[in-house]
Amino acid sequence: MSTVAGEMDHNDHHHHAPSGITRWFFTTNHKDIGSMYLWFSFIMFLVGGSMAMVIRAELFQPGLQLVEPHFFNQMTTVHGLIMVFGAVMPAFTGLANWMVPMMIGAPDMALPRMNNWSFWILPFAFAILLASLFMEGGGPAFGWTFYAPLSTTYSSDSTALFVFSVHIMGISSIMGAINVIVTIMNMRAPGMTYMKMPLFVWTWFITAFLLIAVMPVLAGAVTMVLTDKYFGTSFFDAAGGGDPVLFQHIFWFFGHPEVYIMILPSFGIISAIIPAFSRKRLFGYSSMVYATAAIAGLSFIVWAHHMFTTGMPVAAEIFFMYATMLISVPTGVKVFNWVATMWRGSISFETPMLFALAFVILFTIGGFSGLMLAITPVDFQYHDTYFVVAHFHYVLVTGAIFSIMAAAYYWLPKWTGHMYNETLAKWHFWTSLISVNVLFFPMHFAGLAGMPRRIPDYSLQFADINQIVSIGGFAFGLSQLIFLAVVIKCVRGGEKASAKPWEGAEGLEWTVPSPAPYHTFETPPEVK
Amino acid sequence: MAQQHEKYYVPASSPWPIIGAIALGLIAFGAGHTVIDMKNEATDGWGVNVLLGGIAVLLVMLFGWFRDQINESMAGMYSNQLGHSYRQGMSWFIFSEIMFFAAFFGALFYARVIAVEWLGGAGNNAMTNEVLWPAFEAHWPLTQTPGGTESGAMGWMGLPLYNTIILIVSSVTCHFAHVGLEKNNRKQLTIWLAITIILGCIFLYLQVAEYIHAYEELGLTLDSGIYGNTFYLLTGFHGMHVTLGTLMLIIMFLRVIKGHFTPEKHFAFQATSWYWHFVDVVWVCLFIFVYIL
Repeated sequence: MSTVAGEMDHNDHHHHAPSGITRWFFTTNHKDIGSMYLWFSFIMFLVGGSMAMVIRAELFQPGLQLVEPHFFNQMTTVHGLIMVFGAVMPAFTGLANWMVPMMIGAPDMALPRMNNWSFWILPFAFAILLASLFMEGGGPAFGWTFYAPLSTTYSSDSTALFVFSVHIMGISSIMGAINVIVTIMNMRAPGMTYMKMPLFVWTWFITAFLLIAVMPVLAGAVTMVLTDKYFGTSFFDAAGGGDPVLFQHIFWFFGHPEVYIMILPSFGIISAIIPAFSRKRLFGYSSMVYATAAIAGLSFIVWAHHMFTTGMPVAAEIFFMYATMLISVPTGVKVFNWVATMWRGSISFETPMLFALAFVILFTIGGFSGLMLAITPVDFQYHDTYFVVAHFHYVLVTGAIFSIMAAAYYWLPKWTGHMYNETLAKWHFWTSLISVNVLFFPMHFAGLAGMPRRIPDYSLQFADINQIVSIGGFAFGLSQLIFLAVVIKCVRGGEKASAKPWEGAEGLEWTVPSPAPYHTFETPPEVK
Repeated sequence: MAQQHEKYYVPASSPWPIIGAIALGLIAFGAGHTVIDMKNEATDGWGVNVLLGGIAVLLVMLFGWFRDQINESMAGMYSNQLGHSYRQGMSWFIFSEIMFFAAFFGALFYARVIAVEWLGGAGNNAMTNEVLWPAFEAHWPLTQTPGGTESGAMGWMGLPLYNTIILIVSSVTCHFAHVGLEKNNRKQLTIWLAITIILGCIFLYLQVAEYIHAYEELGLTLDSGIYGNTFYLLTGFHGMHVTLGTLMLIIMFLRVIKGHFTPEKHFAFQATSWYWHFVDVVWVCLFIFVYIL
């Protein structure tokens, strides 16, 4: 994808990108690895997406039409696992690989060989996870949250494969995060002080910290599931003095910071794109940094809001309710800053900006429904309904995924040296925007009316709403093929992109030619 | 600062990372099938073979990767900046290890303070106790589970106390070796490092003896409820880390004998020493929370 542009002259012996398949197997180049991460995540997005299509096809009509309930459960489980660990997280790691070294004026990541190791673990981890679907008794069918005793007493034989594939995914994430955090701490160009770093770098800095802190806790949780199921321990079994709720505490101690791992880099992306297309500096840079840190800090003390109906003591419920609501303060600061950045700006609406605007509005809807879910007494009604499904898809699809799309459009010219096709990209945006709302907005109503999540059948009164939702789902799925077409066209050719194709864009990545040379900064640039 | 690193060092491409990924893939797949076969009492054993194959590939990878790394380092190719990256990377790795142990300590605290107490009827859980586990009284160490399994409890006198002293002393001897390296006193380095390794091996030997005592005389097994579970998983994972740390120390010892490391540049030694102090601190926490309290 990246060839060396003539303008940049380096005297290095590995000056040109090596050719052949071993380039990708043996590479230590952050751009190669970033590209592999991004392609891998897109493939996983399509795999996980086709599982969602199975789910929506089954739910198109009440009753059981297409698949067995046990297979339906495997689809909801593996859809979640793939989208979280296979699509969103690797996409952000890919973006970090591509952009962080360029943004801070570094030649590459701090630990380039470990970087390649982190990536190549992922295909093996997901091959094992997907292979377990074809085993006798089926694959994981306990939901991506793998609550005990569903994952211990009642799970299929193949659970051990799930456990070990999560272990190696975790190893990959931790190594990737250590790489990012060390790169940011140690590889900044002279003059690039912490408070001059672009917000994408800041948000990834904090994300990497969260990853290193909580992925090991996930490893602990799956280890206890493994020993409970296969080695006779009773961490999650009351007969042995354990407690199934203990599983939920450990899982969500990982799981809530994990949610922010999937959204903080989005904040960084949006904070780059909105100023660029508003032709104004970002409003409130330092408040953005502090808000990100505050969100990350709070993420460690709110986990039990996922567990309001487990019978915790009232004092704990109230603590977790207020702690959770506190998060809306720094999040509100961010949304305010984005809007204030646009205020009286000279705005143009290229595709990255359109996705960024959709992000601001739709992520905020997801934030508001999150606030509703944080209120303990009403959560008893919302818990485990489609309202929850609507909520986390608003923050993850129109939040995280939309920001990844925005990032891809924004930086594609830098990656490929070509402009993408704006007409086709606008088609992608508008079809996605409309279909995603047809898909997820009615779920709020189904949920409030009492439709439970993760069940292959439903009561007749939900038939109309589910048909609308399914049609939205199929349309959203198809729309993503347009994105694939845009990217392939852009990689293969198109109008030549200048070093800085976006008039209002700022940052070191726009000071190098497009496509960015194979090795970017071999001598550090001076940052004023 | 610009003069300080005029040119960055970017390492050449290497086959070892992808070989390492293949190794981890084989290990995960093999370990999964091994565990499943054990549960089903299947005997064809191909899962174990895949697992062992994966471990073999991993060892080859580690050997090859570290060999390249050491050769490049000895050839003076590494900048000071890379040394900083390695040190920071190792610190963050140790932080991730701390969080791994935190999950198990968290399970221990939750079981002790909340789960067992509630099963015994504490808080508003009187009916849980009355109806579900009427014969159960909360106590710790949990020598009789709500389900009725009985076992002994491991005291802190004897082996655990000796092991604590051994590990704390080994942390000090490891530090003396490090001081010897920094003062370029190779004799001090070699002797104290050798003593540290011997102490590590004694610790592991005593740990095995303790497990045999627990299994055979106390009847404390993986099946004996949450007390035995937290005991074995915490001490077991700690033991695995001590094993790894001892192997790292042995490799450092071999490198020291070959004349590697200078007072200024000795990242591998420093990382090993940090790791050793880390397993020591984990043990002190274990000794307090698992054995004494």
